[in-house]
Amino acid sequence: MEPVAIVQGTAVPLDRSDVDTDQIIPSDWLKRVERTGFEKGLFSEWRDGEDFVLNNEEYAGANILLGGPNFGTGSSREHAVWAIQQYGFAAVISPRFGPIFKNNSTKNGLVPVEVDTATAETLMAAVQADPTLEITIDVERATIEAPAIGLASTFDLSESIRHRLLNGLDDIGITMQQVDKIGSFEGSRPSYMA
Amino acid sequence: MSEETTGPKTNIENGPRTIIEKVWDRHVVHAAEGEPSLLYIDLHLVHEVTSPQAFDGLRLTNRPIRRPELTVATEDHNVPTADIDQPIADPVSKAQVDTLRKNCDEFGVKLYSMGDINQGIVHVIGPELGLTQPGMTVVCGDSHTSTHGAFGALAFGIGTSEVEHVLATQTLQQSAQETMAITVNGELPEGSTAKDVVLAILGAADTGGGIGAIAEFRGPVIEALSMEGRMTVCNMSIEFGAKAGMIAPDDTTFEYLKGRPNAPSGAEWDAAVADWKTLRSDEGATYDREIIIDGADIVPYMTWGTNPGQVLPISADVPDPASFEDPGASDAAARALEYMGLTAGTPLKDVPVDTVFIGSCTNSRIEDLRAAAAVAKGRKVKDGMRTLVVPGSGLVKKQAEEEGLHTIFIEAGFDWREPGCSMCLAMNPDKLAPGERSASTSNRNFEGRQGRGGRTHLVSPAVAAATAIAGTFATPADLD
Ligand code: SF4
Repeated sequence: MEPVAIVQGTAVPLDRSDVDTDQIIPSDWLKRVERTGFEKGLFSEWRDGEDFVLNNEEYAGANILLGGPNFGTGSSREHAVWAIQQYGFAAVISPRFGPIFKNNSTKNGLVPVEVDTATAETLMAAVQADPTLEITIDVERATIEAPAIGLASTFDLSESIRHRLLNGLDDIGITMQQVDKIGSFEGSRPSYMA
Repeated sequence: MSEETTGPKTNIENGPRTIIEKVWDRHVVHAAEGEPSLLYIDLHLVHEVTSPQAFDGLRLTNRPIRRPELTVATEDHNVPTADIDQPIADPVSKAQVDTLRKNCDEFGVKLYSMGDINQGIVHVIGPELGLTQPGMTVVCGDSHTSTHGAFGALAFGIGTSEVEHVLATQTLQQSAQETMAITVNGELPEGSTAKDVVLAILGAADTGGGIGAIAEFRGPVIEALSMEGRMTVCNMSIEFGAKAGMIAPDDTTFEYLKGRPNAPSGAEWDAAVADWKTLRSDEGATYDREIIIDGADIVPYMTWGTNPGQVLPISADVPDPASFEDPGASDAAARALEYMGLTAGTPLKDVPVDTVFIGSCTNSRIEDLRAAAAVAKGRKVKDGMRTLVVPGSGLVKKQAEEEGLHTIFIEAGFDWREPGCSMCLAMNPDKLAPGERSASTSNRNFEGRQGRGGRTHLVSPAVAAATAIAGTFATPADLD
């Protein structure tokens, strides 16, 4: 996966709570055999509605998804993260994530920004009022800033997850740090095992 | 947390170890405080359902398969078992099979396709081709990978992202599991089979009794089982929640393996056997959990409900939900009876059956077909009964035909099919209709498992065959 240090841009305000992974990517999409193309399935049940926020021209080109509380609860499907990323989002902000979704996010390089409720509400109102509001998420420092409204806050990011994101290490990447040990282990396997 | 890092919990340096710990310890590539261990994987089996996105993930990240020669693929989960020379009708099934073929071709993985003599259910072909060997780690994107534990291998199912991880690194990050000993003492009564042994274990352990554990099956009854029987037992480890089940290898194991295409040969064979003989739990090794069963109590069993732990002897009556002490079990029984369309107090032997399925990675090997054929011989399937006999692989089918088993089945009125998973999970056209009742030699009786609204009862091959003839649940002895 790609390393991510700074996410800078505008946000789409998805002002709903308890958006579960079934809503992020409906189960019909799970039959696919590819890892890509899930952007079309993102919120597909809602996107038919004209006034759904993702259809609002003013938010076109945003790279941050601003969600409500309990974002990404429900089934463990990793496809939810793929859909959000493939649509073009690099970070998701919420006051509380479903734990599996959050874990899946970091494994795929999508930055989960879990902020306090006050910050979340301030941001939601500000982005709804001004779609061009510039937001900066700094992974190294675990900070989120929106200078135009004087917002500067921090979020929780464990050392190991920060390391993963900054270095672009997925699970395979982490394991491949031990590639020398894997190689020497292979050299020691019994010959009858081929 | 240090015990988290060095393998199954009871591992003490130089102390007595179980076979579970011995095999685990042999495969630790890297262990660090507070992290899962990195285990080397000796054999990775792949099928069409859980692999496509793993291959696609490799493509996206430009990663090769580290050891393609330790990876073997087959088409099984949704291949049709009739008219296999025709294109697959279902578009999702067809896409999955086509994608597997394309991926194996691109990444250089050996694939056994529909129609190939070596094709079959992934957990049948691994052992049959001698790929599965004692002391190995074996993984596959399928929960019944535990089957391979019958050889003293540490074998378990993994998810799609883990499939990608194994393809790329030939390793897996694994947290420690508890160990569990399941001892079956004494001797089986005449007429009881390996399937009855595992159904008895399920009844004793319940569906959650093995959660978080790796089980070792041991004791005289287990040692007396053939390899086919041991595979039947290990296959259903996951049904009581265990991640894996293992049986220490012995002469029965070595005899089965000797001469198989991928088994070691010559001097390598002798070296391998000498090594495999060390794969036994040491005297004094301890387990975190233990179940002891007396083999003499094991009679032909069947499931009556909607989870594999809801088992009773075939001679019993449908249970009364009120008779369960635990309120949760009582509620579950009431729900199960409603779904299954059964009334408390009815003798199970009076319950009429619509479909008999003999197959699946639990019971589709040559010995299973022999057991069923012995019952079918010279008899006739009940009028109106639908029957499917689905061999586990092309090789099983060929062997059965050489022995004339197919003629016995066909003359008795059974439908003789091509290899695959078939009605075990009904991803192909072999399904139950709503309300239809099956006697099935497979491993899961969940609601809808064999088709929406279908009612599944798990039984042994001999009981399945006897039931096909009687029209209601029956043991072979009931036919005389
Ligand atoms: S036969 Fe059934 S349980 Fe076995 S691998 Fe196929 S679908 Fe899974």
